[in-house]
Amino acid sequence: MRDSFVARHPSVLIFLALLALFTLGVTVLAEGFGIGLISTSFVKTLGKTMCLCLIAVAMDLIWGYCGILSLGHFAFFGLGGYMIGMWLMYERTRLIVEGSLAQGALPPTEQEIVAAIGTQIFGVVGSSEFPLVWAFADSLALQLALVVLVPGLLALVFGWLAFRSRVTGVYLSILTQAMTLALALYLFQNDSGLRGNNGLSGLQNLPGVEAPQSVVSLWFFWASALALALGYLLAAWIVSGKFGSVIRGIRDNEARVRFLGYSVEIYKLAVFTLTACIAGIAGALYYPQAGIVNPAEIAPIASIYLAVWVAIGGRGRLYGAVIGAAFVSLVSSWFTGGQIPDLALGPLTIRWVDWWTIVLGLSFVLVTLFAPSGIGGLFDLWQGRRHPDRHGADLGPNAGALREKEATE
Amino acid sequence: MSTLLEVSGVSVSFDGFKAINNLSFRIGQAEMRAVIGPNGAGKTTFMDIVTGKTRPDEGRVLWGERSQSLLGMSEAQIARAGIGRKFQKPTVFEDQSVHENLLMALKGRRGPWAVLFYRPAAADLARVDELAAEIGLADHLARKAGELSHGQKQWLEIGMLLAQEPRLLLVDEPAAGMTPAEREHTTAILVEAAKTRAVVVVEHDMEFVRRLSCKVTVLHEGAVLAEGSLDHVTADQRVIDVYLGR
Repeated sequence: MRDSFVARHPSVLIFLALLALFTLGVTVLAEGFGIGLISTSFVKTLGKTMCLCLIAVAMDLIWGYCGILSLGHFAFFGLGGYMIGMWLMYERTRLIVEGSLAQGALPPTEQEIVAAIGTQIFGVVGSSEFPLVWAFADSLALQLALVVLVPGLLALVFGWLAFRSRVTGVYLSILTQAMTLALALYLFQNDSGLRGNNGLSGLQNLPGVEAPQSVVSLWFFWASALALALGYLLAAWIVSGKFGSVIRGIRDNEARVRFLGYSVEIYKLAVFTLTACIAGIAGALYYPQAGIVNPAEIAPIASIYLAVWVAIGGRGRLYGAVIGAAFVSLVSSWFTGGQIPDLALGPLTIRWVDWWTIVLGLSFVLVTLFAPSGIGGLFDLWQGRRHPDRHGADLGPNAGALREKEATE
Repeated sequence: MSTLLEVSGVSVSFDGFKAINNLSFRIGQAEMRAVIGPNGAGKTTFMDIVTGKTRPDEGRVLWGERSQSLLGMSEAQIARAGIGRKFQKPTVFEDQSVHENLLMALKGRRGPWAVLFYRPAAADLARVDELAAEIGLADHLARKAGELSHGQKQWLEIGMLLAQEPRLLLVDEPAAGMTPAEREHTTAILVEAAKTRAVVVVEHDMEFVRRLSCKVTVLHEGAVLAEGSLDHVTADQRVIDVYLGR
């Protein structure tokens, strides 16, 4: 009982070692500092994938451990991207505007500069005024704080309302879908102040940085790897102790946890808010690598994909979530990248770009029905851990309770 | 003896069906009480009201020396005030080890921050071992609760209840599905617990109630039909008619 944290959880050490090895390997093979075997765009894909792994860890924390099937966490991911995107866009536009105004005979006033930035950024939605939400866009420190604060605050308010009313199970899932849909629809409007369906673009260019994209991509790659490592470590620490015991208890049988004297709603709210903050950080690292963030990113389907990744990887184990997110999103970009030749079946031609969603949906259904422990379950086979024989009974009465085939003896 | 829990004039109805009808009940600081009655007499609803799961339509539920009202408090607050409950069907956390189950129940701070930074002190671990020995699960601490037999789960739940160190234990059919030897052990644990705290046992098995040798309350149609020693209530003609005679 008294061993160190790592000794009790060897999987954490293995994961961190593999992640470090992977980061080192990619750095050596990339164009920026290494031998150039991996293209810059693929480095970005890998960096983005690690951000998706990070939000999958958050999803596993809320769904796999706390039993709350949130289908809205991509809203927090997108908000994180918007928050960092605002500073990137403002600052870069400011440098460009200042450069061009400096050509004039008179030095420009502060108001002239701000007005010119406004015209540059908001011209596309027929405006030039800075909306209120851009009040802190000139400060990197404040926008970085907002990356965590805005998703955290939204989750806090939403979660407080939902959990206090004891909304659970599928109703909560629907509510979270409604939240992300409402946010997406709001952001689609031109007068939302965030450039409507154009979103924020040009985010791959760091203001004031001369380094080429091959180098910048590696910076973000390292930052993503570090964030994933820290996020994984934090999540592993949280679920290892008594707190983990309590939230797994909430997942399986929340009424029993209440009668032990724990305020279930507060625990749910804490986990929901924390995972929203992690999602925000993941998004803030993802979108500068993607280059653009727009409201389509937080459409309800994105959050459903997130649940699918975690389910395919195996929920209730952190490495399962990471494997699921990495595997499915990489395979997805391979299928939808148009590099796989079409399959001609007589009158029917299978174009993988279109058929990929069907493959994904089918594999989700198959995993849910026949292998609920997902890819992570392969590690149980390997280590010889068996599932308990409970004649099909779940491990608790709750909707999100662990299922017989997800449990190990 | 001063009163620990006082329920007075409580009524509750579900869709017009009066589950509890002007029920009054009182129990002292260190007292054992058996509650018996036919199915549908309102025994479980009575426990639901005391533990905050069900809100009564009218009446008062007062707790402790300061006669604090339990109505309006959440289940978790009531549990923290010192009321522990054991369910009819053994409810333990099946995916967690016996050790984790007991540690979670152990009396201590329940807030998220305190729990997040909680590391078991030597005294806590010793208490868990002691409880495990008391409920006969000392050799099963590392096993998951879901693997235990039905009787062992009943005991684990009793152990969790004791770990909470409540001032009032509400125990719903503790002996269900136990062998005679296990029943005897359960009786011993409950009698021992009642020396320092209040224990309310809901039970169908008259032999088990007899061995508890305590005051008995008979419920019928949501109200108290009779109260007194077992011999007294079993001699009551109304009790024989509605319950024993069947």
